[in-house]
Amino acid sequence: MTGPEPHLSPRERERFDECVLPYLDAAYNLARYLLRDGHEAEEAVQEAFLRAIRHFSGFRGADGRAWILSIVRNTCYTQLRRRRAGGEVVEFDEETHSLEEELSAPEANLARSMAAASLHEGLGQLATEFREVLVLRELEGLSYKEIAHVTGVPMGTVMSRLARARKHLRVALGTGASEGV
Amino acid sequence: MASEHVLGRLSPFLDDELDPVASREVSRHLESCPECSAALARQRELGEGLRRDLEYHRAPDLLRARVLRDVHAAGRPDRARWAAAPQWRWLGAAAGIVAVVGGAWMLTALPRERADDATTREAVSGHIRSLMADHLTDVASTDQHTVKPWFNGRIDFSPPVTDFASAGYPLVGGRLDYLRGHEVAALVYLHRKHVINVFVWPVAGADGGLAPAVTQRGYHAIHGTRTGMAYWVVSDLNVEELAAFARMVTAPSGKP
Repeated sequence: MTGPEPHLSPRERERFDECVLPYLDAAYNLARYLLRDGHEAEEAVQEAFLRAIRHFSGFRGADGRAWILSIVRNTCYTQLRRRRAGGEVVEFDEETHSLEEELSAPEANLARSMAAASLHEGLGQLATEFREVLVLRELEGLSYKEIAHVTGVPMGTVMSRLARARKHLRVALGTGASEGV
Repeated sequence: MASEHVLGRLSPFLDDELDPVASREVSRHLESCPECSAALARQRELGEGLRRDLEYHRAPDLLRARVLRDVHAAGRPDRARWAAAPQWRWLGAAAGIVAVVGGAWMLTALPRERADDATTREAVSGHIRSLMADHLTDVASTDQHTVKPWFNGRIDFSPPVTDFASAGYPLVGGRLDYLRGHEVAALVYLHRKHVINVFVWPVAGADGGLAPAVTQRGYHAIHGTRTGMAYWVVSDLNVEELAAFARMVTAPSGKP
């Protein structure tokens, strides 16, 4: 870890407790869905909060939730990149990406035939970026503007990404393969 | 608006994120198009399913304690050295052992306690109180050599403090608490994400072993005495593991 020693003045500490700390659950929930591992999620969230403390003096906004969630997601993506390092890195592509694993045709058919696959499993098959917008929208109830803030992409991209995420999820669940959405 | 355009907008329509004009057009189309309405119903079902079936993962107590510790540490003007220490690795590290010499802390003994209902009730209340946000620990550290001296000057006895991380019961910190109107030391441990509070105070000549666990409000409390100290060990952990932990805590020289 780099950067200055984490330090908060008494006033900053008060503001941190008020604006950021209440979103510890939200932070963990997001990390948990992005990394899909409890231990790694805990590590990422703690690191994210240390970063948040370190950079808190630069936080001027009112929306502490979007702010801490954006730090958490960046920390998680760094961790995911590290995890993939050594293996081949598949950069996320809005248009072409569907399921996270490149499934061979028979496997894809098998996946599709598992109509009874739970939502959780279906979500797990999505690319991280799709899983992320679904969690932020459905579990966290964020607006497109807030999601744009967290993920650092334009609102139009949030809109299309969410639509695609929902479509891919239905495909993964075997309930929407025929739908032209 | 044609069906294909409507289908492409159902997702933001459902999220109430379309501009008013587009939203009205979609609504109008839906009134007269059963296919698009059915697609909307499926979309809505998916969202409801996600909100209903997906688990919202709340931060585990261990993580909460660690983040709070970092925040506390950052807010302290004289930042203690341990605050910047690398996180997590300690879990695997074997704990050092402090030999606890009993008897030295009986100078100001509280009235001798029995394992009675009132104390149990207060110990359980103290445990529940401690789980409320931001009040688990006054000194948050996994280092017994930090926690033990922290009590110096805060209470007039020195509680035995041992990290049992190697046995799966890491020390998380300590704080001052009150039981039966007296200041007592509270040591906080974790076991598989369960928080364990150990309340300690001196009693004259006490060396009576462990009492059977008592259950109140879903929490288990075990009372023990050992070399001049009274202990209340409280947690929602299962009785067997809590009793095993209580035996370690009250063992001679606190060996795991």
